[in-house]
Amino acid sequence: MTEPLLCDLSAPGRVAMRFPEPDVPLAELPSLLREDLPLPELSEVDVVRHFTRLSKLNYSIDQGMYPLGSCTMKYNPKINEAMARLPGFALTHPLQPIETVQGNLLLMYELQEWLAEIGGFAGVTLQPAAGAQGELTGVLIIRVYHDARQDFKRTKILIPDSAHGTNPATSAMSGMQVVELKSDERGNVNLEALKSHCDETLAGLMLTNPNTLGLFDENVIEVCRLVHETGGLIYGDGANMNALLGVVRPGELGIDVMHYNLHKTFSTPHGGGGPGSGPVGVAAHLVDFLPYPVVDIIEEGDEELPPLFGLVRPKQSIGRVKSFHGQFGMMVRAYTYLRMHGPEGLRMIAEHAVLNANYLMHLLKGHYHLPYDRICMHEFVVEGQWDDAPDIHALDISKRMMDYNLHPPTNYFPLIVHEALMIEPTETESKQTLDRFVEVMLEIAREAHETPEVLKSAPHITPVGRLDEVKAAKELVLCCGVGSPSD
Amino acid sequence: MNIPADLKYTENDEWIRVDGNTGTVGISDYAQDQLSDIVFVEIIVAEGETHKKGESCATLESVKAAADIYLPVSGKILAVNESLPDKPELVNSDPYGEAWMVKIEIEDASELDGLLDAAGYQEFLAKKA
Repeated sequence: MTEPLLCDLSAPGRVAMRFPEPDVPLAELPSLLREDLPLPELSEVDVVRHFTRLSKLNYSIDQGMYPLGSCTMKYNPKINEAMARLPGFALTHPLQPIETVQGNLLLMYELQEWLAEIGGFAGVTLQPAAGAQGELTGVLIIRVYHDARQDFKRTKILIPDSAHGTNPATSAMSGMQVVELKSDERGNVNLEALKSHCDETLAGLMLTNPNTLGLFDENVIEVCRLVHETGGLIYGDGANMNALLGVVRPGELGIDVMHYNLHKTFSTPHGGGGPGSGPVGVAAHLVDFLPYPVVDIIEEGDEELPPLFGLVRPKQSIGRVKSFHGQFGMMVRAYTYLRMHGPEGLRMIAEHAVLNANYLMHLLKGHYHLPYDRICMHEFVVEGQWDDAPDIHALDISKRMMDYNLHPPTNYFPLIVHEALMIEPTETESKQTLDRFVEVMLEIAREAHETPEVLKSAPHITPVGRLDEVKAAKELVLCCGVGSPSD
Repeated sequence: MNIPADLKYTENDEWIRVDGNTGTVGISDYAQDQLSDIVFVEIIVAEGETHKKGESCATLESVKAAADIYLPVSGKILAVNESLPDKPELVNSDPYGEAWMVKIEIEDASELDGLLDAAGYQEFLAKKA
């Protein structure tokens, strides 16, 4: 690596700040003092420079396009950050008496209402801390729904092979039996395969729509009807909601429960930029099972007084899924985003996300093999391999893109496409940026045929070259060896 | 692509070697090539247990993907390859030999009729490509 670890930069006795002499008597704490506390010792300037250098090695959405399929790496507007830092939000404590945090509760209440309206649901919990936790919450709600009806045989969850990879993991974590459903040749759920699994053990089906091929499932109404007729419920994976905002309400398609990703669709930061947030919306027959607490009006207002908001326990709640109220800072950011766009703006987000993806798909078609040649939604999948350049793989193309200062797309997913490259531009990229992306992809396709060794040895301009993924997966080193820099 | 003639195959790319009423199960050369470098193997059935055809018997992870391995036939597990989890790379280097996963007592030989022979598997892969 080009940047040493903090523990390697450490020098004994170096400190960033000196405390004044205490003006109270010293207390004796002999039993608590640790002889060996091997923390790095650095000055302020050491630390600032270290992290500034590290940040320059990083790639982020503030630096360039990030077409990571199904991750919706849209730009995170800075006004979201400004609002989340307002002292009235940032300095409140989750255990404050509710009378002193009515503004926060009003924000949560309105966000619940708006998400419910956008998705076509009767109720929403804001608690889950990520999309996958939202899925877990949703599938547990499905399980408890069947249990509450004394219908204990329902243990099977159907998952199309075009679903997000977290769906089978979620079902297994919820104690369900996972059955994979094949897609048909148009990339839709195969209805014949579905019918063969519709029996009294069916708890539900997890539908990613648009799916990971970026295709809207043309059979969605029939899928929901078949599952409902058998007594099962439909879980909607809302990670691809960006394609549907203001156009389709999943609840009206027949989806019973769905998570939203505030860190995708609603522009809060991803990954290291901030914690995730995965609210869950449910249809009317599932509202009583939502996690505790939800925000509701506990005293109606009148002409003089506003209503009093409080924390309420749904009647048959599955319990808490997160400490306190979830990731409140992310709720402020998503709320800001919704306020900035309004209903018409939301619809434009979906329209532009879909338009941008189709624009890229049409310009790449003919240069990259398109296994499902249909109008796509917010993302699409091409193959990263050519018959006349058989040594080149999706991974080589991805690595080469880094040399052109582009983040690679999602690769090797979905598994049903050979050497998949899954591309999602989002609505926030300009035509100039999209054209630049196409120019790079065509250049790489040319290189793959004429100078394949340039791709095989890429990336060339990054701080580190091709990483040894096998070694990284097999030899996990999770400690940096603090206190033993000589090791 | 190596497809030994003496084995039977599933459409999920497992193979079974039949010897009397004992079947030895692993994954095909094609499957290991698709998964690329295998970094993790967990065999999730144990000797003495009885399992049905189609139940998962092992989980593999490569640098690209995770995959479940399913039993091609029903029966009692006679042995599992205990050394494989320590050497997952054997799945890449010797998929039909040292990287066998489980040995199973074949309960119903007629289940073998539903599997593909080498020519059938070859044809199946050609169609997929």
